[in-house]
Parts: sequence; C-alpha cells; structure tokens
Amino acid sequence: MEWLLVAVAIFIASGLLALGLRQKGNAVGAAGAVLGCLATLAAVLSGPFSSFLAMRLPWGLPMGALSLGLDPVSRLFLLPVCVLGAICAASGAAALAGEHGGTDRTGSHWFFYNLLLAGLVLVMTARDAICFLLAWEIMSLAPFFLIAHHDEEASVREASWVYLIAAHLGAVCVIAFFTLLWAGTGATEFAAIRLSLSHGGLAAPAVLFVLALVGFGAKAGFVPFHVWLPEAHPAAPSHVSAMLSGAMINAGLYGLWRALELIGPAAPWQGWVLIALGLVTALSGILQALAQGNLKRLLAYSSVENMGIILLGFGIGCVGLQAGAPTVAVLGLAGALFHMLNHAAFKGTLFLCAGEVLHGVGSVRLSHLGGLGKRMPVVGAAFALAAAGIAGLPPLAGFAGELTLAMAMFHGLDLPGLLPRAGFAAAMAALAAVGGFALAALAKADGLAFLGEPRTKAAATAHAPGPGALVPVIALAACCLGAAVSAPRLFDLAAQAALTFPGQSAGPARQAVADALGMQWGVLTVLGGLLVLILAILFLRNRLLASAGTRREPTWGCGYLAPTARIQYGAASFVEPAARILSGPMGVKSRLDMAPGWFPARARLTVTAPDRLKTSVFAPAFELAARVCDSLKVVQHGRVHLYILYILATVVLLLAWKL
Amino acid sequence: MQSFIHPLLALLLAPLLLGVINRVKARFAGRQGRPLLQTYFDLARLARKGAVISNTASWMFVAGPTVSLAAVACALALVPAGGEPAPVRFSGDFMLMAYLLGLSRLALVLAALDTGSSFEGMGASREAVFSALAEPVLFLCFLCLASQTDGLSLSAMLVGPGRVFAPEEFFVPAVLFVLLLAENSRLPVDDPNTHLELTMIHEVMVLDHSGPDMAAIVYGAALKLWLFCALVVGCLVPLAGLPPLAAWGGWLVAMLAAAVVVGVVESIMARLRLVRVPRLLGGAGALAALSLVLTLWR
Repeated sequence: MEWLLVAVAIFIASGLLALGLRQKGNAVGAAGAVLGCLATLAAVLSGPFSSFLAMRLPWGLPMGALSLGLDPVSRLFLLPVCVLGAICAASGAAALAGEHGGTDRTGSHWFFYNLLLAGLVLVMTARDAICFLLAWEIMSLAPFFLIAHHDEEASVREASWVYLIAAHLGAVCVIAFFTLLWAGTGATEFAAIRLSLSHGGLAAPAVLFVLALVGFGAKAGFVPFHVWLPEAHPAAPSHVSAMLSGAMINAGLYGLWRALELIGPAAPWQGWVLIALGLVTALSGILQALAQGNLKRLLAYSSVENMGIILLGFGIGCVGLQAGAPTVAVLGLAGALFHMLNHAAFKGTLFLCAGEVLHGVGSVRLSHLGGLGKRMPVVGAAFALAAAGIAGLPPLAGFAGELTLAMAMFHGLDLPGLLPRAGFAAAMAALAAVGGFALAALAKADGLAFLGEPRTKAAATAHAPGPGALVPVIALAACCLGAAVSAPRLFDLAAQAALTFPGQSAGPARQAVADALGMQWGVLTVLGGLLVLILAILFLRNRLLASAGTRREPTWGCGYLAPTARIQYGAASFVEPAARILSGPMGVKSRLDMAPGWFPARARLTVTAPDRLKTSVFAPAFELAARVCDSLKVVQHGRVHLYILYILATVVLLLAWKL
Repeated sequence: MQSFIHPLLALLLAPLLLGVINRVKARFAGRQGRPLLQTYFDLARLARKGAVISNTASWMFVAGPTVSLAAVACALALVPAGGEPAPVRFSGDFMLMAYLLGLSRLALVLAALDTGSSFEGMGASREAVFSALAEPVLFLCFLCLASQTDGLSLSAMLVGPGRVFAPEEFFVPAVLFVLLLAENSRLPVDDPNTHLELTMIHEVMVLDHSGPDMAAIVYGAALKLWLFCALVVGCLVPLAGLPPLAAWGGWLVAMLAAAVVVGVVESIMARLRLVRVPRLLGGAGALAALSLVLTLWR
C-alpha cells in the first residue's frame, strides 16, 4: 500500500525534474515513469489479490479525506496502467530522442505524461469523492497537453480542443453525480455513501445512473460521446495513443463500475440500457473502423468497438444481478474485465506498431503504405499477432473474453420472460456480427499496411526501427502471447474482481467461475492441438517442397503485362462491398470528379468516411452555441465605466430583490 | 476411441464430397463427368509439384494455407457425427468452432493481400465482408439448437440425450444449408468453376498459390465443406439409439446425400448478382431469427 505513495512521489518528482531539464529531461522523465510504474506494480502485487487494503492520510482541505484503497477491482485496473505506462514510456523515450527541431517540449511532455500516470493511479485507488474528483481532473487534463505535442499543426490543435471539450462535458456530469450523492447522503467517502444508501433509498436513482453513464461514458468513448477518440488518437504521439487507448479510457469503465457499485443494484431497464448502448457502440465503432483509410483512426474506432463490448458485459452483469441469476452476472462482469485486460495489451501493441510505421514512412494513411512487413519484419509480425487477437480469434486471449460473454448471454436465455430471451439472443447475434466485421477491419489494416507491394516511395524505402523502439513493441507482443498462454489465470483474476461486486451471491457465482475456468482449459487444449497441427503441416510442406523446389516469379497479373503497385486493392476498394451494403452506419462518402465527354482526360475519386455524429450533431450544436455566445458580444465592448455600471445595476437589483 | 472415427473419416473422405458434387452437376448437364476420386488425384499431383511464389510475398503467404488448414482440421474435432459425441467437447465449443473458421479465413485473406494482386485483393475483401454477414446467422442457428437441449456444446446440440424434434427446428437445417453454400463458395453465392471472372470470391483469392500450398487450400476447403455438411446432417438425421454400425452407415449415406443436394442446387440455380448475396444471407438470418423466436416462445 505504501508503494502507491512512493509511485505517486516518483511520478511527480521525475515530472518536475524533466520539466526543469527541458530537452535533456527525456531520459529522466521516461526513467521516472518506468520506476513509478514498477512501484505501482509492487503495490498491486503486494498481498493476496483478493485482499482489501485501505489507508487514510491527513490533508488540509475542508472537505473529504485523502482516503486510498486497494481491492481486486483497483488492482485489476491498475495492471494495464503499470505495464502500458512503463512500456509506452520506453517507446516514447526512443521516439522523442530522435525528434529534432530544437523545441523544449520534451520536458513538458514528460511532466504531463508522469502527471497522467499519477492521476490514473490515484483515480483507481481513491476511496473518497473529493479525492477521486481531483485525481479525475488531473487525469483528464494531462492528455490535453500530450495530444497537443505537435501543436504547430492545425489538425492537432483542433483534436486536442475536441478532447478537452469532451473531457469537460464528461467531468461536469461526474461532478454532478458525486454532488447529488453528497446532497443525498451527506458523505463523500465511498464506504460511507454505500452504507448510507443501504439504509434508505435514493432520491433520483435514474438521474444518478444517467449522469454516471454520460460522465464516465465520455471518458470511455461510448457512442455518441466517442467523437474525441478518432480525433485525438491520430493527433497524439503514438506511445501516447497507446497509453490513452489501453489505459486511460479504462478509467471511464472503472468510474462506471464504482458508480454502479455505489448506486446499488440497478433497475432492470438500466441493465438493458447498458446492453443496448454497448451493442450500438460496438457495432458502429467497428463499422466505422472498417471504413477508415487512416491506420490510427481505424485503431481508434476499434477501441470504441471494444469499449462497447466491455459495456455489454457490464450490462449483462447488471441484468443478471437484477434477475437474481448469479451465473449470468458473474460471467458478464468477469468477461468484461477480462476483455479490458486483453484490449489493453492488443491495442497498445497495435498503436506502438502504428507509431513505428509513422516513424519509418512518415504517414499512416493506408494508401501510402504497403509491403512494410518485409522492411520491418518484427513490427509486421507483432501487428499481425495483435490484429488477430483483437479480432477475437483463437489462439489469443481475446477469444476467451468474448467466449465468456457469450456464455453469460447463453445462461441469460434461461431467465424468465420474453425480454431476456429475445434481448440476449439479439445481443449474441450482434456480438457475432461485431466479431465478423472486426476480422474484416483488422485484415484490412494489416493487409494494406504490411503486406503486398509498397504504394509509395516512402513505403518502399522505409527503414526498420532501431532496438530502442523495437524492444517495447516486442515486450507488448510478448504480453499478448503470455496472456494467451495464461488465459485461465488471468480470467481467474478478473473473476475474483467480479465477485466483489455488491449483491453477488458467492456460492453459485463461484461455481459459475469454476465452470468457466474449465471451459478456458478446454479451449487451451484445442489450441495446443492447433499449434502442433500447424507445425506438422509446415514440416510436411517443407519436406514436399525440398524435393520439388520453389521458384520466385512476379505476382500473376492474369495476363496483364504492366502491373504497378497502384493497381493493388486499396483502403477504399477493400471496403466497397461493405459500404454498398451498410452505407448508413459506415457513412462512406465518395465523390467522383470527372470531365464530361467520351474520353475524359483525368478523373479523381475521393472516398472519405466522416463521423456522422460529429459532422451532423456535435458540429452544428457547438456552432449554435458559438453563435449564441457571439450575440452576447454587444454587452462586451471594453469600456470600463460601462462595466462598472453593469456591476452597480446588478448590486442594486439584488438588493431590491432581497428587500 | 470411437469418437475419433469422425475426424479420421473426415480426413479420408472429405475430398470425395467434391467428387460427388461434380458428378451430379455433370449428370445434370448431360456429361459423363470427371472421376469421383478426381480431387484425390488433384491433391496428390499438387503435393508432388514444386511451388511458384510471388516476389512480393512474405512469410504470410506460406502461413496462410498452413494455418487455414490446421484451423479447419481443429474445428472438425469439435463436430459430432454418427450419433457419437465429438472427441473434444466442452460448454461453448460451438463458438470455438466458429472462430476457428474465422482464423482460417483471416489467414487466407492475409495471404491473398500478401501477393499485392488486385484480383486477390478483390476476392479477399468480398470474402471478409460476406463472411461477416454470415456470422450472426450461424450464431442464431446455434442458439436455436442450444435452446432445445441442456448442454451448450455442439455434441449436446446435435446428438445430446434431451434432443427432441420440434417442428420449428426444421428451419435450422435449411438456414445451415444456405450458410454451407455461402461459406464454401458454392452457387448461388460464388461459382467454384469459373476462374478469373471478376465476380469471383474464393477462387480468385487463392490464384497465386501453387504446389503443396494449393493442396492445403483445396484440402482445407474440402474439410470445411464436410464440416458444414456434418452440421446440416447432424440436425436433420436422428441416429441416437441405433447400433453403432448402422448409425455410422446411415450417417455416411446422409453425408453423401447432402453432397448430392448441393450438386442439384448448383445445377438448377444461377449465380446471384453480388449485390443480392446480402439479401440471401439476410433472408436466412430472418428465418433463423423466426425459428429462434418460435423456439423460445414455446
């Protein structure tokens, strides 16, 4: 438990040091982040996983208390923070060391990076609303500066503003949530709030639920609050994207989990709202990911999809708890937490690989890439591995998570009433569709970036990253493989955390977890067989070819004699069949500029996939707000005596009203 | 020991199904047709040949057919047959089967993109999208079967003790049969005989493979066809309670009959325009959903 304080101290000290050292602070800042993460890991691993630790420290604020705690849920959510925090710091140190241009942004970058880590650690251990909100603000503000690292580009500035607005709209709801709880119970400490709520009912549980969902959902990126994700991730440096996607957005999930714990067993409709929102998020996220032509934007939408799957798990858990079905509840919650761990490992790897692509080629547009697997084999292999994993394919652990969720829904089919049956059946089908489209989207990302012929000269001459950049990629890829091998063990940890959810009846829930563990071992057995079979077939193939021999020839162009790399299938053509069928949810827009006449000389086809919610809902809404604010400018003209008159008039009015 | 009969039979007899289908199609067209064992001859010939590998290709090109074949073979080990449960079975294994088929598909799609050919890219993109549409339909079918029985494994669904024959369940084999046609690139979704047409899906995806790699793809495709036939036969033909020999015999006859039906369907139907394929799958999905609602309603 004390390790937590050590970690936060290291984060803050090394951040300040890096800020002071400016450009030379690269090594110090990164080393501080790694050390702090190791200290956090020491705290997470201290004591048995299922133990509850708590600590109260004195602080000078009039309200709340500096109350920290470690329970299985906190430990589980801190795990990706530690691992990704350290590995991304190492990757960032390598990336920033090579960055020249005489800026002193390196120091401030590490300051805010360490601040983000400190904020995340505090958010996930805070046991008091005031402490939680302070940490939440630190954690929400730091990424603004991290995303704006290359703020000389207009798109980066815009992206960081979008992030800031989303973060604050979310924070407003989070603050309102805790304020209402405080007004209702008079307590700020989580334990006291829960105790007080267990005696009397809530004043407005539905309002609290919606506030929590919007507030924490804006952080996690649920539809329709996901619009900041596809803006922020391509703009931020890649190690920051990996950190944001793998660890920071989890804070939203963590907050939602705590909120659900606090406001008690949800009403039945709330669970179904979570399930529906999760499915909408997952489906629209993956369809828009499929439509993207920018690798990092595609990965950002894939994060939206995965957050949707995890939210689906939360919803299943709530429905199960409400209906008194412990098997459904514990499997849904454990599956969601397990998927969260997997997503962190896979998405971290994918973003770091995308960063190496950006570093080597100078672009992450799929139409500028191609054939990178040969020029950077390690990155290509790691990307393919993580892509298969995040599409939920065996033998990687992503499959085990989705399987657990599917089993939870299957058990849910036995619940009484038509709604659970129809709802869970529809959710199963939707989850299967999400899996299918995830496969298509990730096949597109991997195939167009790393396979085939290079589409540009920059891609053809791309160089492999140096060892400093490769080691973090390899480390995260090793995490993905390690998770596959130790899937039952990781699932056990997730299940222990899920069992702490209030209202969980221990006996049947434990039985369900034991059954699910048996299932995981069954999966692992088959996958062992798969591995043996692959090796055997490969051996046989090589034996056969050793005698018959192989020749290398150009790709068969079906008789076409002048092939170029440009005739390859590209990002837009790959999604054409899907865009034709699902034009609505994918939002693919194509524009053909062609001179009229029989023999048009040049033609230009532009295919884009703008976010419908951003362009047609948020942008008009914010423009309207800007116009309203502009119209208030008549009272703002810079003449001081008039301002004094305003103040005087207000005071007089207030006095008159009070009289 | 008995449970290993099915994988063994599948490995030995899967290419025969392709021969049967081709014979039926030839007879319908008034031709003699190629020998029943032609696929075996093809496989043997391909295995003996050397390979021509594209200059563009990387390790993914070799990994594709290998992983694809291994994944389909593993999926076969989860499918029950002949009134016997599968050698490997556990709660939720149907999902492992579906996702192993997904792995097999991803491996081939990536291998196709690895060649940098525009034709293969086209096949890859179509295969990826149409399979994504087929996936929820397959899950709805499994849901129907699972809600009839107690267990959540394929073995319980297809040969479990509590299995009763309900009228609404007759939709499920029909939907599975449509999926069989779609997933195995048969008519009316894809034409396995026309090479190099711009309307192709599966065949155009494997254009550049040759020698043992091509053999792995052809063999893998045969195993996948066998797997789907086994699913259709499994939910149509009740074999529980028969003596083992009769059960296996009846089951094999049913498998051959399924191949004959595929051949008949291919002979009497034209290929759908590509834009119509989603409607076919959507219709199948609607049918599966209807049967699920009926099953749950009871």
